[in-house]
Amino acid sequence: MAAERSLWVVGLCPGSGLGRVVRVLLLLLWFAARGGALYFHIGETEKKCFIEEIPDETMVIGNYRTQLYDKQREEYQPATPGLGMFVEVKDPEDKVILARQYGSEGRFTFTSHTPGEHQICLHSNSTKFSLFAGGMLRVHLDIQVGEHANDYAEIAAKDKLSELQLRVRQLVEQVEQIQKEQNYQRWREERFRQTSESTNQRVLWWSILQTLILVAIGVWQMRHLKSFFEAKKLV
Amino acid sequence: MGGVVPRSASALPLLLLLLLQAERPRGAELTFELPDNAKQCFHEEVEQGVKFSLDYQVITGGHYDVDCFVKDPLGNTIYSETKKQYDSFTHKAEVKGVYQFCFSNEFSTFSHKTVYFDFQVGDEPPILPDMGNRVTALTQMESACVTIHEALKTVIDSQKHYRLREAQDRARAEDLNSRVSYWSIGETIALFVVSFSQVLLLKSFFTEKRPIGRTVHS
Repeated sequence: MAAERSLWVVGLCPGSGLGRVVRVLLLLLWFAARGGALYFHIGETEKKCFIEEIPDETMVIGNYRTQLYDKQREEYQPATPGLGMFVEVKDPEDKVILARQYGSEGRFTFTSHTPGEHQICLHSNSTKFSLFAGGMLRVHLDIQVGEHANDYAEIAAKDKLSELQLRVRQLVEQVEQIQKEQNYQRWREERFRQTSESTNQRVLWWSILQTLILVAIGVWQMRHLKSFFEAKKLV
Repeated sequence: MGGVVPRSASALPLLLLLLLQAERPRGAELTFELPDNAKQCFHEEVEQGVKFSLDYQVITGGHYDVDCFVKDPLGNTIYSETKKQYDSFTHKAEVKGVYQFCFSNEFSTFSHKTVYFDFQVGDEPPILPDMGNRVTALTQMESACVTIHEALKTVIDSQKHYRLREAQDRARAEDLNSRVSYWSIGETIALFVVSFSQVLLLKSFFTEKRPIGRTVHS
């Protein structure tokens, strides 16, 4: 995020030689900085889903980067520009809140409006089956939720905060996150209690009903058989 | 991304920012679905001498257990457990390279599982780049802030732990609720079917053969 912005900003002053050197250096460092993040392999038509259980009004930021296996060089190279990933985010009520296609590198953001399990699904948009050449796509993924999604350097610059003020701001954000989580906890506990009480009710009513059905069926069986045998003159 | 274009001299703090981003420790916390008979692997690059930790927990599915193993860049298995519900594993990386950790549900034939894992590498990065390179000691206010921050992190961690436990219990409770519904409907149907077929069967004994009573009469 900050890397992209600083690169863009420096690119605007092309005049001085120092600017050019700094730009090259920044470019090199930018590529070096992008080396991290967890990665996994995904097949061509495979859809990978991740679940985030979050309270409401929580921001989630996801960054991904893809690499394609190059058979000639026998290593993973950055993917061709045509290859993109389709990102779909569903809220706890299975309503789609984000469905967009991004390039081979992308960043998606959403804010939850209902508490619960949100599902983030990724799959490649590749239509040409030969593109993968039997290999897998390597996806580097990083998902930050709530307070971790905050960019403190940006907040410090925007609100002109000193270091101490920024630390306190981080504490405030953390406490707000804790409060949201606690409210969510209360909501979940209520749902859990409703489910348990519903189970309890169902078991109770079913036992009563079963006893009644058994008795009724027994009575019906005996009466029916008795009338049958009387008709057959066996009783 | 302000309207003012800074001079190239102000690119130096940005340079510092990038330098620290380049060595920023990484961490990932994900919850994913593991279908039956499937294995899912994650990889992460770790520097030599850096400590990393892996916590995982099965949230829903089957008997709430999963196999997990961790391999170092040389292919040695440094951790391997089967059918565990939750566990925590810490290791100091001796070799620099890509570490692989995998979750396997290959022992299960029809239950797909939801697994949560938290993979942390190194220490938490400072929120501002130049906070990490202090020459003077922290003031009282700043150390108080650090103490509170660490305490709040413990609170958040324990909240997360409870949330996962609660998700597991809630999944079980909802599963039980739906099982009770299906079972009671099924048993009602079975009761009716059995009682009617009992009656029909008894009646068939007395209608197909000669009535037994006739042979008894003298």
